[in-house]
Amino acid sequence: MDRIPILRMGPFLLVSIQVDMHDRLALALQDDLMNKIRATSARGVLIDISALDLVDSFIGRMIGNIAAMAHILDAETVVTGMRPAVAITLVELGLSLKGVRTALDVERGMALLRGSPAGREDGSGRPEK
Amino acid sequence: MAEPARSRLSDFVSRHERGILGDWMKHQSEALGRRRDLISDQELERQSATFLAGVQRALSSGGPDTSGDAWRDVKQYLAELSVARGRQGFTPAETATFVFSLKRPLFTRLRDELSGDGQALADELWRATTLLDGLGLHTVEVYQKGREEMISRQQEELLELSTPVVRLWENVLALPLIGTLDSARTQVVMESLLQQIVDTGAAVAIIDITGVPTVDTLVAQHLLKTVAAARLMGADCIISGIRPQIAQTIVHLGVDLGDVVTKSSLADALKIALARTGYAVTRLTAPEAEG
Amino acid sequence: MVVQRSDELPLHSDEDVVRARQAVRQRAIEQGFSLVDQTKIVTAASELARNTVVHGAGGSMRLEALNDGPRRGLRLVFQDRGPGIDDIARALKDGYSTGSGLGLGLGGARRLMSEFAISSSPGQGTTVTAVRWR
Repeated sequence: MDRIPILRMGPFLLVSIQVDMHDRLALALQDDLMNKIRATSARGVLIDISALDLVDSFIGRMIGNIAAMAHILDAETVVTGMRPAVAITLVELGLSLKGVRTALDVERGMALLRGSPAGREDGSGRPEK
Repeated sequence: MAEPARSRLSDFVSRHERGILGDWMKHQSEALGRRRDLISDQELERQSATFLAGVQRALSSGGPDTSGDAWRDVKQYLAELSVARGRQGFTPAETATFVFSLKRPLFTRLRDELSGDGQALADELWRATTLLDGLGLHTVEVYQKGREEMISRQQEELLELSTPVVRLWENVLALPLIGTLDSARTQVVMESLLQQIVDTGAAVAIIDITGVPTVDTLVAQHLLKTVAAARLMGADCIISGIRPQIAQTIVHLGVDLGDVVTKSSLADALKIALARTGYAVTRLTAPEAEG
Repeated sequence: MVVQRSDELPLHSDEDVVRARQAVRQRAIEQGFSLVDQTKIVTAASELARNTVVHGAGGSMRLEALNDGPRRGLRLVFQDRGPGIDDIARALKDGYSTGSGLGLGLGGARRLMSEFAISSSPGQGTTVTAVRWR
């Protein structure tokens, strides 16, 4: 089975989901990320979903799980590039992706991870000036 | 009594199909309303033949009651015909008349066939006329529905054009809403805003409702959903221009704005947006003193 | 109303769920749905297809393009002969989970579609019918 590649950028891990994922692939990604965070002591994970035209409750839960588990391993998670149609559908579905920060694109997502004010929090708090 | 009656009309049409079509084409081409500018003789003949064949098939498998399943295909064909003719420029009356005009050749032959049996003739004429009336009306109904769809599509397009999203500053968009918002309009506008956020890479969007006289629950919910969606995408929304009456309505309706930032004026919202995107505004020179 | 086209797809594996999504997307595009509506329909289909595979022990999806005069729609029918759902009302509520979670699946899918019907009983399998009109 093909696995989704995880790239390393300094203290951060970068994943770009380009395929229509089936559930097993999503679970494999979860495992791979956890192992790699531990192995590299990564401080942050960026998941780019700009190529996804669909995020259902399973993938939503996967993202939530990754964020929660990464947090335990002391790493932050940022999701970037969500498409408008996907965002609207997620809101309609009732999925809130709590604990996950979001940014418009990879560049801003990396800025968030590095700790600069560009980018935003998910609603659990406003970034301080 | 139903059985013999059913096979009579259907049997009749089967036997005389060619002749009926020939007479029908002749009448149509002589008719005052023959729109040679809109449809060629060949195309008209093709449509007439297809329709008549469909009627014959439906009659033989399901009898003259057009509400039955056997008539689905004919009705579908008429629906497509009605839409196509509408586009070509025919009025709905002209399309319905096309269906009604089949009566003449049909009745003439029925009269010839049943001239000795007044009762039977009356019965068959009644069945045939009811059948064609129903089908003719169906074309009008389809035309109506088609027009309504087109109007609502045009309304949507007008909406998109009439609520431009403005790029106020780098990474700051503004959407000034004007006029009464209804559910459909709000949805279209909000989707367009989200797309603009992606297209321009704006991290902050200000939705200004100064020009909106009233807001109901549905509209408020759409606004909130848009803010939530923008958040998921990684952008912030600020709602500005909330007048006291609207603030009152929102509280009355029990709508929970949560932690959505709201400002009473667009200017205040802009200040926040600039700060969020890393800008500060400084006055360069002190104002002129008196004297 | 005319069923313009009907396709039946098996749902027994993860890959079947992905194939089902793609088929639904294609049909939605053909029926002229807007991008947002396409996304909603495909997402609902994904939820329901997954339920069929994971909780229904496999089954099938029937995908039908509907034409009602000028009005167009898409109908999805998910069938399985699995253990069935005990308490449908509860399953439709958000957050309900049997552990491996029906989670937001059913209730969410319902919210995304225009019409939604579900019939199920323990030992009799489940049938979910969902329609979205343009």
